Amino acid sequence: MPSNLETADNPKKLERVVIEPLTRVEGHGKVTLLQDEDLHIKQARLHIVEFRGFEKFIQGRPYWELPVLVQRLCGICPVSHHLAAAKACDMLVGTTQLTATAEKIRRLMHYGQTLQSHALHFFHLCSPDLLFGFDDEVRHRNIVGVIEDSPEIAKQGVLLRKYGQEVIRVTAGKRVHGTGAIPGGVNKSLSQEEVRYLQKDIDQIVQWGQDAVELIKRIFFEQLDYHMAFAAIDTNMLGLVGANGEFDIYHGGLRARDAQGGSIFDHVDYTRYSDYLREGVKNWSYMKFPFIEALGEDAGWYRVGPLARVNNCDYFSTPLAEEQRKLFKEAGHGRPVQASLAFHWARLIELLYCAEAIRELLLDPDLGGTDLLNKGELQGTGIGVIEAPRGTLFHHYEIDDDGIVNRANLIVSTTNNNQAMNESIRQVAGMYLDGKQLTEPLLNQIEVAIRAYDPCLSCATHAMGKMPLEVVLVNEQNEVVDRLEKRITGDIQRTYP
Amino acid sequence: MLQHPAKPELVFTWGNPSRGDDGLGPAMYELLLQEDLQGVDLLTDYQLQIEHAIDLEGRKHVLFVDASISASAPFELVRLRPEQDSSYTTHAMSPQALLSVYQQVNDSSPPPAWLLSIRGYEFGLGEPLSTEANRNLLAAFNHIKTLLGSEQPEEQT
Repeated sequence: MPSNLETADNPKKLERVVIEPLTRVEGHGKVTLLQDEDLHIKQARLHIVEFRGFEKFIQGRPYWELPVLVQRLCGICPVSHHLAAAKACDMLVGTTQLTATAEKIRRLMHYGQTLQSHALHFFHLCSPDLLFGFDDEVRHRNIVGVIEDSPEIAKQGVLLRKYGQEVIRVTAGKRVHGTGAIPGGVNKSLSQEEVRYLQKDIDQIVQWGQDAVELIKRIFFEQLDYHMAFAAIDTNMLGLVGANGEFDIYHGGLRARDAQGGSIFDHVDYTRYSDYLREGVKNWSYMKFPFIEALGEDAGWYRVGPLARVNNCDYFSTPLAEEQRKLFKEAGHGRPVQASLAFHWARLIELLYCAEAIRELLLDPDLGGTDLLNKGELQGTGIGVIEAPRGTLFHHYEIDDDGIVNRANLIVSTTNNNQAMNESIRQVAGMYLDGKQLTEPLLNQIEVAIRAYDPCLSCATHAMGKMPLEVVLVNEQNEVVDRLEKRITGDIQRTYP
Repeated sequence: MLQHPAKPELVFTWGNPSRGDDGLGPAMYELLLQEDLQGVDLLTDYQLQIEHAIDLEGRKHVLFVDASISASAPFELVRLRPEQDSSYTTHAMSPQALLSVYQQVNDSSPPPAWLLSIRGYEFGLGEPLSTEANRNLLAAFNHIKTLLGSEQPEEQT
């Protein structure tokens, strides 16, 4: 059930605190908190305030342009959109089975992008929170602080990112606007020189992946009770799993489990997603609120992404990641791990998996194969689903007889987590802010809760990010009574009165 | 670690070609690709990120090119210094922050760097470059060609 902090009884009589926009979260979103005169939190919402529809951007274009076109929806997740669109186009061109070379090259690309995305999030965006604590001085609590205090960790983050980007460049053909995946397959295989180039550093990458998992475990267990309780919410979890229940972020069936780990549905053909999922709307946010139809809007919302995937899968196919999954599972004591900060832990297990999977793939001779395409009869509907770094990503297109897109529906990872992010900030607001004066460290805890999901509001809103942070306090007459501003330098200044 | 041999001069553009005038950087990249530029590497991306610090290694000069909603038309050119601004905490970094990452990670000063900001006006998804932005792009392009033929850029606003 959504918490009782979603809508206050008498919101006009309450003071409103606005955190706008969020730092370390791309796109334009804001959090509003309404307090009564005793400083109790009565309402908490994550708003999406700007939206430009992607349908208009996509409709009227020929389907074969989609894998390249959709990369431009978001500068943060171009490869995820590239691959999801390519899978949808596979269905459009009647491909029921990719060639071995095509599937393995796409997987390599996907592992590379997931590795670099997770590396950025942990080493760059969230490790300051985790390494220094939420009450640390703002100016120190960023990547500079990480570099100053732990230069090797920061350098590993840079080099992990670089390695992942090189995997993308080699498989997609270019650093950006890659054309690697095309309807029905891929447009190039890997030369032996390219394979050797990527093999050169992969053992180091795997080692850094292991080190990263050990680091997050040490951080997590140092304050286990706090990390398990912070922004923890009991939720359903959704994601793809392989045919045998194994972890798979490129292809598989949909699995949904409830908060206790019980099955809601399993191995569902993702092309039938609309039989199982619905998208709710609320009049205070442009971002939709997906839910499992059988459970209804109030009980059917769910989480996607690393936390859901590591909880939901039965095993990892690579040994080091599987060993870490078992340890992760023990932390749940027989039920799914529900701590929102465990997203970070799960994310790094996935990073390790990707490093191992890349190493295995680089030994596979199919990467150099020449059988790249497999096509059948053109179809009117194409649906592609992948597990993007941030969670399940749905691309659904309808085309006319000339191959022109006349309908598009995309459910991006961040939208899938919309209700959960709202619930997490309500939990934090209720636990840490209620009855207290608002301060920057306290407000930062709201952002920490949201950052755990690694949301991409750029994907969800298709708006560009605006970064300075403004906190505004408004009274019941809608008059500004206080304002805090986080400047580009990171300084916090009270700018009102 | 993975790295290609670096040419002494680097022009690094960024932006999203499908977001109206945010595509000024990539448009400059496309124009420069048509030129026979000796000793110059051209790179482009959707936005700056930490790994781009590696692209700065071994350079004599670096010129960053981006769209700006606040620069004077047609463009501004300023010398950059490493700066620890709050863009460290976002998915997209400022070039000053990138220089700072370079400095911290390499424990040495980054190469001399400049930012050429081309004035843009409309940034909507699916919009083309505006007429005014196209005009500014051509002015900036001519200036960059001059810069690449000189020893060191001078600030111009």
